[in-house]
Amino acid sequence: MDIDKAVSGPPDSRAGVSSPGAEGDRSLPAPGGAASPIEFRLDAASGVPTYLQLVQQVEHALRLGYLKPGDQLPKVRDVVSSLAINPNTVLKAYRELDNKGLAAGRPGQGTFVQATLGQVALPELTALRRSLLAWLGTADAAGLDEDGIVALFTSALRDFLERRGGPADRRGAVGDGTEGVA
Amino acid sequence: MNVIETSGLSKRYGRTWALRECTLAVPAGHVAALVGPNGAGKTTLMHLSVGLIAPSAGTATVLGGRPAGSPAALDGIAFVAQDTPLYKNLSVASMLRLTRNLNRRFDQGYAQARLGELGIPLDRKAGKLSGGQQAQLALTLALARRPRLLVLDEPLAMLDPLARHDFMAAVMAAVADDGVSVLLSSHVLAELERVADYLVLLSGGRVQVAGEVDDLLTCHRVLTGPTAEADACAGRLSVVHARRGEAQAHLLVRTGGTAGPVPPGWEAHPVSLEELVMAYLREPGAAALPGPARARALPLETGEPTEVTR
Repeated sequence: MDIDKAVSGPPDSRAGVSSPGAEGDRSLPAPGGAASPIEFRLDAASGVPTYLQLVQQVEHALRLGYLKPGDQLPKVRDVVSSLAINPNTVLKAYRELDNKGLAAGRPGQGTFVQATLGQVALPELTALRRSLLAWLGTADAAGLDEDGIVALFTSALRDFLERRGGPADRRGAVGDGTEGVA
Repeated sequence: MNVIETSGLSKRYGRTWALRECTLAVPAGHVAALVGPNGAGKTTLMHLSVGLIAPSAGTATVLGGRPAGSPAALDGIAFVAQDTPLYKNLSVASMLRLTRNLNRRFDQGYAQARLGELGIPLDRKAGKLSGGQQAQLALTLALARRPRLLVLDEPLAMLDPLARHDFMAAVMAAVADDGVSVLLSSHVLAELERVADYLVLLSGGRVQVAGEVDDLLTCHRVLTGPTAEADACAGRLSVVHARRGEAQAHLLVRTGGTAGPVPPGWEAHPVSLEELVMAYLREPGAAALPGPARARALPLETGEPTEVTR
């Protein structure tokens, strides 16, 4: 895993070795580097850990087609200085995306999108929707109101994910060739 | 390497112990938050670490064993004190010159570029700058010394929300660029959640909790369930803080790293850093319990989370 080196500047910087010549432009935006198609935002009230918010925003952008394979994710330094968050948080998010096969670090360049997110096929969605509607009918007949249904669903979903082993996304990544999302 | 390491570190003013038997090791590469109620000893710990005061007992070393206050230590540390100390009547340019002449290492080019980027005029008197600009100037002077450890005492206290954001963004950028380690004290817990990946909680002059934020969050959770069963439940778990309603109770518990079984009829929720800190602040005695130190004895998947002195 060389995301760290790929995105956070000279690898030897932690040892206190810094060349004086490179220092002038250190605090300026990356010179000439292609900007990422997306910008991150944070919702402090969501209760979702910061790194996970970044991961989810990348996934969301992949699903909606804002990001395509080959696109660059925002540079760690840019994310850090626009959101005022710990660089390790960004690195953790990018590692997570790497583990999911969605992005990969390129040494000295940054982190790039590797795959699109596969979507569930339409017929399957329709069937899922039908069975969910049937369940909603049962819940309604049992006297649950909207908030009750949401609470029950949320709690059941959490149980389900916990039992399955962590909230990690199981949605598979689709390789470079497939343009699943337009 | 530990950027700060203390052993039995104590400081007494007259008959009052400002810091008592503080044993602590903060590893390099972290943004460590130092939190605790007023008078807990945060500033004392910082002043001891940077060598501004001498301990009554115990030792403090920084940056991998350099004695606090020694020239070797001072070269690697930059400290910004609570009230953003600047000479209000000096111009920004004079502040730069002064700092350059008082330090063995000072990157004038970096400082000027940074101030230019921030739009801080060099001929303006420091006292005439806005609060946010003064904080940025103090930070620039500190960073231009190219420290390996940056110590910030309540850097956000006097700043408006925008200036706070910009200040922390500048600190985080320095972390990303140079890998500088940071120790900062603050009361703004929500702000810390975004930036800190290491937590040191002081209470009554002692270290109550210390560890990597991720590990601490994994080691704690909130259990919600019927109050009637709360006592039985609390008996089997190490509860940090409990809130009981007539019917429903919330227990913030230490789980020792593994999720562990949730008692039937109870619901488990992850904790936020803010919730965790508040719980410990409300229970100053919680460290006297077999605190997170006990977690270390249990098999843990993730590193060493904690260190507690009692």
